Amino acid sequence: MQVVSSVRDPLITGKKTYHDVTHDICSRVEEKPSRLWMVAMAVSLGALALGGYALIVTLWEGIGMWGLNKTVGWAWDITNFVWWIGIGHAGTLISAILLLFRQKWRMSINRAAEAMTIFAVICAAVFPVMHMGRPWLGAYWALPLPNTFGSLWINFHSPLLWDVFAISTYFTVSLVFWYLGMIPDFATIRDRAKGVSKIIYGALSFGWDGAAKTWARYESVSLILAGLATPLVLSVHTIVSMDFATSVVPGWHTTIFPPYFVAGAIFSGFAMVMTLMLVTRKVYKLEDYITIKHIELMNTIIMVTGSIVGVAYITELFMAWYSGVEYEQYAFLNRTSGPYWWAYATMMTCNVVSPQLFWFKKIRTSIAASFILSIVVNIGMWFERFVIIVTSLHRDYLPSSWAMFHPTLYDIGTYLFTFGFFFTAFFLFAKFFPVINIAEIKTILKSDSEKTPAAETVVQNVKQ
Amino acid sequence: MDSGKNFLVGIYEDEDVLISAVKKIRANGVKIHEVFTPYPVHGLDEALGYKRTRLPIAAFMFGFLGTALALLIQSYMMATDWPMIIGGKNYASVTYVPVTFELTVLLSALGMVGTFLVVSNMKPWGKARIFDERSTDNKHVMAIDLDENKASTEVITNILNENGASEVKPKQFDD
Repeated sequence: MQVVSSVRDPLITGKKTYHDVTHDICSRVEEKPSRLWMVAMAVSLGALALGGYALIVTLWEGIGMWGLNKTVGWAWDITNFVWWIGIGHAGTLISAILLLFRQKWRMSINRAAEAMTIFAVICAAVFPVMHMGRPWLGAYWALPLPNTFGSLWINFHSPLLWDVFAISTYFTVSLVFWYLGMIPDFATIRDRAKGVSKIIYGALSFGWDGAAKTWARYESVSLILAGLATPLVLSVHTIVSMDFATSVVPGWHTTIFPPYFVAGAIFSGFAMVMTLMLVTRKVYKLEDYITIKHIELMNTIIMVTGSIVGVAYITELFMAWYSGVEYEQYAFLNRTSGPYWWAYATMMTCNVVSPQLFWFKKIRTSIAASFILSIVVNIGMWFERFVIIVTSLHRDYLPSSWAMFHPTLYDIGTYLFTFGFFFTAFFLFAKFFPVINIAEIKTILKSDSEKTPAAETVVQNVKQ
Repeated sequence: MDSGKNFLVGIYEDEDVLISAVKKIRANGVKIHEVFTPYPVHGLDEALGYKRTRLPIAAFMFGFLGTALALLIQSYMMATDWPMIIGGKNYASVTYVPVTFELTVLLSALGMVGTFLVVSNMKPWGKARIFDERSTDNKHVMAIDLDENKASTEVITNILNENGASEVKPKQFDD
């Protein structure tokens, strides 16, 4: 029997039995959708429709609909791309890296975080695909397909192509990991359901029987998937950062980018997990599963990664000065005090100053503060990418080419589309799929929960 | 796998009781068909005498295939079929590393999960043989194939009861 120190706070409160866990999570799937859910769904479908219109106009007319110009050829599109990809990172970090580190508190949040990853990666993919202008030809530019252009293959030396492979691998592996995790829980729902839902959840559960042999294999597969996903998640944002770092644009050409981007990704991802989980926890009354302890631990990670990001910003400034390269120095001087100084100031305040508030226990255990700060962090992380991309580009080599970037309604609309998609998908997930990993929670119920009747009988049995 | 038709089903409430019961029941010479649990119970596979799964080997093989395939594709396309120097990089370059890594992970993950689904007989239209519906909720369900055991039903029932089963009942399948 596993014994955990009684000094530790329980991870699951409310004296749950195994059946309570099943019931608490499954009944959310079985109930009729609440009015609140309907309203939330209507709002996100509205955003999806409005954004969808902007997307279709952009496809029809071309990306001239966006505010890009000859100098600033990359702006909101790649900002949003990197932002969404970064958000996705927390899901894999929670489910893979924290699994390898045996962090049991991940079990209450990993399912929803993985779902978030998958939807965020889809949102991210919208931007490079749209930026192709003619996405129906995109397969020839992105995949190694035989063609009639004179056997001119795609360029494997290019970081943009590495991105194609990294992100599609990341998406596929995350999807497999997420789905595999849900199979036992689908079986639980199947065994409680009747009629049509029994057939649907039966198909989703792949005929899972919960045999000891299957569980042994399943555990082995999960562990190896986690081992594979761990370097994968680090590689994805490393490669995204190389889209910039391997170029020779002042402000982009820095070796610090890969770790800096990975830390930023985890930072923003955890903030998004926090936003989503606080809402899910409230709406689905999951306070016993996602406790203040979980919130505090997530806030600690936000604080640590936020500080790493802060160090990276300061290192960048120092290296620009210390390198003695005047172009590099100008790029950073322009970032901090040029026409986009307000974007830089927003980034610094939201990403470096605000997470430092989590040093106070009162703040990192406060739900209202966590919710507000989680949104502040994601605003800050959006501005980080905007600052890196736009301020490095808008002062071109010749002053005659200097320009500013002004987003059009279609820039905003495309961004809105991804929000609409993300929340529509997340709400559908939260309604029809088990939001918490039922089977995994049961494994820690005996050791890490408030004393249950079942645990007391064991103590008696051991005494006998 | 679905050989037997007549089973005796023992229900257990607790994982630690279950593991000690499995050991004792096997020591009594009773063959256990399988144990179904709502969540992974550590040590249960050893108690049942199962061998370690060889899925990690499958993962390695598929991963190796991914590495080989990636290197082959890249060197064929960039250096053999249409050789071209881009950005001053050599034909065989360190720039092959990212794509090679990604394809290794991709094939390893997909291959391993695919193998898992095949060996565990899992597919969307797959039907599980359910001995007791509570085995995905809160009970550990031990199934004993009566045709495979020489001992009489009464004897096995007694052994199960003595080792902490909260409930023992017969279960028959027609298929």
